[in-house]
Amino acid sequence: MTTNSQTPLLSRLLGRQHSRTSPLALLVRNRLAAAGLVVLCLVVIIALITPWLPLPDPNATQPSDRLISPFTAGHWLGTDQLGRDILSRLLWGTRVSLVVGIAATLVAAFVGSTIGIMAGYFGKRVDSMLMRGIDMMMAFPYILLALAIVAVLGPGLLNALYAIAIVNIPFFARNVRGVAVTLRNREFVDAARLSGKNHFLILVTEILPNVLPVIVITMSTTVGWMILETAGLSFLGLGAQPPQADLGSMLGEGRRLISTAPFVSTVPGVMIFILVMSINLLGDGIRDALDPRLKAGALRRPAARTRTSAEARQAVQYKQKGVLDVRSLRTEFHLDNQVHRAVNGPTFSIEAGECLGIIGESGSGKSVTAMSLLGLVASPPGMIMGGQVNYRDTNLLGISDNDLRRYRGGELAYIFQDPLSTLHPLFTVGDQLVEAMRAHYAISYTDAWKKAVALLEEVRIPNATKRAHSYPHQLSGGMRQRVSIAMALANEPKLIIADEPTTALDVTVQAQILALLNRLRDDKGASLMFITHDFGVVRQVCHRAAVMYAGEIVEIGPVEEILAQPAHPYTRRLISCVPDVGRKTDKLEEIPGLPPQVNNLPEGCKFADRCDLVTDQCRQAPIELETLNEQHQARCIFAKEMV
Amino acid sequence: MATQLWRYIGKRLLLLIPVLFGLSLIVFFIMALIPGDPAQAILGSYATPENVARLNAQLGLDKSLPEQYLTWLGNIFQGDFGRSYHQNRPIIDIIAERFNATLILAGTALVLCSIFGLLAGIISASRQYGVIDKAITLIVLIGISMPAFWLGLLMIMLFAVEWRLLPASGMFSIYGGGDLPDLIRHLILPAGTLAFIATGVIARLTRASMLEVLRQDFIRTARAKGLHERRVIYRHAFKAALVSIVPVIGIQAGFVLGGAVYVETVFQWPGMGSMLVNAISTRDLLLVQGGVLVIAVAYVLINLAADVVQFILDPRVTA
Repeated sequence: MTTNSQTPLLSRLLGRQHSRTSPLALLVRNRLAAAGLVVLCLVVIIALITPWLPLPDPNATQPSDRLISPFTAGHWLGTDQLGRDILSRLLWGTRVSLVVGIAATLVAAFVGSTIGIMAGYFGKRVDSMLMRGIDMMMAFPYILLALAIVAVLGPGLLNALYAIAIVNIPFFARNVRGVAVTLRNREFVDAARLSGKNHFLILVTEILPNVLPVIVITMSTTVGWMILETAGLSFLGLGAQPPQADLGSMLGEGRRLISTAPFVSTVPGVMIFILVMSINLLGDGIRDALDPRLKAGALRRPAARTRTSAEARQAVQYKQKGVLDVRSLRTEFHLDNQVHRAVNGPTFSIEAGECLGIIGESGSGKSVTAMSLLGLVASPPGMIMGGQVNYRDTNLLGISDNDLRRYRGGELAYIFQDPLSTLHPLFTVGDQLVEAMRAHYAISYTDAWKKAVALLEEVRIPNATKRAHSYPHQLSGGMRQRVSIAMALANEPKLIIADEPTTALDVTVQAQILALLNRLRDDKGASLMFITHDFGVVRQVCHRAAVMYAGEIVEIGPVEEILAQPAHPYTRRLISCVPDVGRKTDKLEEIPGLPPQVNNLPEGCKFADRCDLVTDQCRQAPIELETLNEQHQARCIFAKEMV
Repeated sequence: MATQLWRYIGKRLLLLIPVLFGLSLIVFFIMALIPGDPAQAILGSYATPENVARLNAQLGLDKSLPEQYLTWLGNIFQGDFGRSYHQNRPIIDIIAERFNATLILAGTALVLCSIFGLLAGIISASRQYGVIDKAITLIVLIGISMPAFWLGLLMIMLFAVEWRLLPASGMFSIYGGGDLPDLIRHLILPAGTLAFIATGVIARLTRASMLEVLRQDFIRTARAKGLHERRVIYRHAFKAALVSIVPVIGIQAGFVLGGAVYVETVFQWPGMGSMLVNAISTRDLLLVQGGVLVIAVAYVLINLAADVVQFILDPRVTA
């Protein structure tokens, strides 16, 4: 029970669970955060030892020593308008500001987290009552509410502290409630409830440890604010009252001297800035370390084109076959110092007007192969390491970005799997079609719109004139996929690359879309590269099929021949996975085991671990494609015996 | 579309009623919590008991709290916020005088910080981890960590005292001013200060949501269509990111209105912020009450506007 119920902050910080690198290590590795930590520690240590430092009394006035410039012996930072030593006042003032800021944070964290935990845990009426109140507070501009509170309580440092703490309560309440709500019905909370613990005990022993990280994140992101804002109130004369001084009131007093003695206000200003900046740097570091979503550069932005090695960029060196001729394509993902070899040298070509099916399980590298053709693999982490993609005697991997853009959506067009996420949610479908055309040739918006409507009619969208004004979310899944197809057809492509275009659709719609694709390919004489995991679909639309496994083509040949005489054990398995409606089968086959990890591929046959026919020879060296006839090849040493 | 928009605005205005009601409750009761006798607080400690009693009756403070609240609310609906005891004139007049100045200052700052924040965020995201990204990140961090009141002082020191380029205080020149160029000259420093502080949050958020959006499938589709990368970023990615940024710009308006308190004080800008600070130090509590309420209502309305913009941008939001 306890191991499950507690993800305590400490062990998360030390990374005992789940994460490979501990957040503390991440924090230190983050140079900016580490710098913030060092500076903050320095400031805190100096503030702590201030009473024992040989400094003049910060409040001792000496009218004869008014406004001495900095870097004078005895007064390193000069003196203010009353002859008080600025260095001494600065350090004492920093102490006050730190204490007030941290105290305000603790008060806000305590009250806000209590509200958040209660609202999240009890839910229902408690939740709505508490959170309504919090919403109300947030309807005020932040500092204004603090001003109103100080107005009521009267100026003074303690009142400023309360005011700042109160206006920060909502941040804690909201963040903590967000997590507490998700915990309310978790098993370990139920178990604690069943074991007879009362609400208070459950809140303290079960809920609190789990919301601690959120509290810490919120504290680290608000404490800088609170120091800044209390200083602000003091600056306005509403916080620290003379003779007591914090950084804000020092600035406020120095303000009148900016033309004669600017250092009087500059010194505390710099200190506030250093303090808040170091806290913010550290706070960002803490947030990154504790918030798993932001960990380890997870949010790298993909470039416009997949990075491609010099080897893959070489010009074509042989006579091209068919419309598209792909040779030994290799695409890898470089993640966490590991290399995931997703595509390992498939070689295939597509003839004019032909449909080639690429078939395999998810993770077999078929989509990455398709994306690699036009450099659409997310990069980083993707990288095309080698091979060639030849179209019209040009290696697409080697051409300039501008040239590549002309092919994308022009002669070579894509249809993606899930049209809800692949169409832009905020533009009408007509607009997206128009954009596809106008990216490739000069045509007025109105003319392109007419063409777009015609395209929508061509893919059999009823009432196309009206539908063109629809947004993707207003269409059904089948209609959306028709829009994607229309978009692919917009510039009369020579080759359409369809990446599981029917997977997200239900069966009847699937059949319609397949029929549509078939008809369009016939009408337009375009070639089709059809990626799927379903042999049933391949049989309906494809002339030839290539079976992929662990990034390799394990069998390629005419569809009818492969279906009749599969020459690779994996192909056989895949075919028997398809439920045959016409024929009665006793059970649905499945393939035992899992595909190999692409960051740790075996030397020999990659299917060996899941194969019934495996021998020692299979594991020793890479298996070459065996030629069965001019059209049909398979990557298995038993290929000839199997057919 | 247009009818849906009006329906949405209508619905949001209806939802505003309880919010405004709550705001007025909070503002009223904060003031009601003043320790001791408010009339005493207003008149000072040397007031005679008769005067205190008379003022109490005059203000309706001898009645019960709910009664007082209703009277107060009723008066406010008629534009009567009470009288300022320090300046001895109707609060509504003082606010009317001051409101425009804050609107000009905060409005300019909000526009500036939105433009710069969005631009900085987009540029930062499209050059992630490049030199420009790092420079922007650093400037943003400085802006977030900088106290508005100190930055204002620095601006005065440099631009007004040292280089004598721009006026240090006020809204118009005392002699020969009063036209638009004069106002702009006075506006540059305070609005710039306020905008610089407020830009950071928007820039950070824009960068983060752009990075998030750029990983989405529809961006890959846009690239697969053969669009120029500029168009992918500024049209496809930016529009999608903007949907999550607009509400934050609304929230940022609250930050700008609050920051105006410091900036108005530093630059002696004759707006609501400096009025509030003066009112607090002179214990002119009715003026504080009125000022806070008016600014809070303005803030709520700005957020409503932000929601309406979001509704227009995102067809998935339903009325």
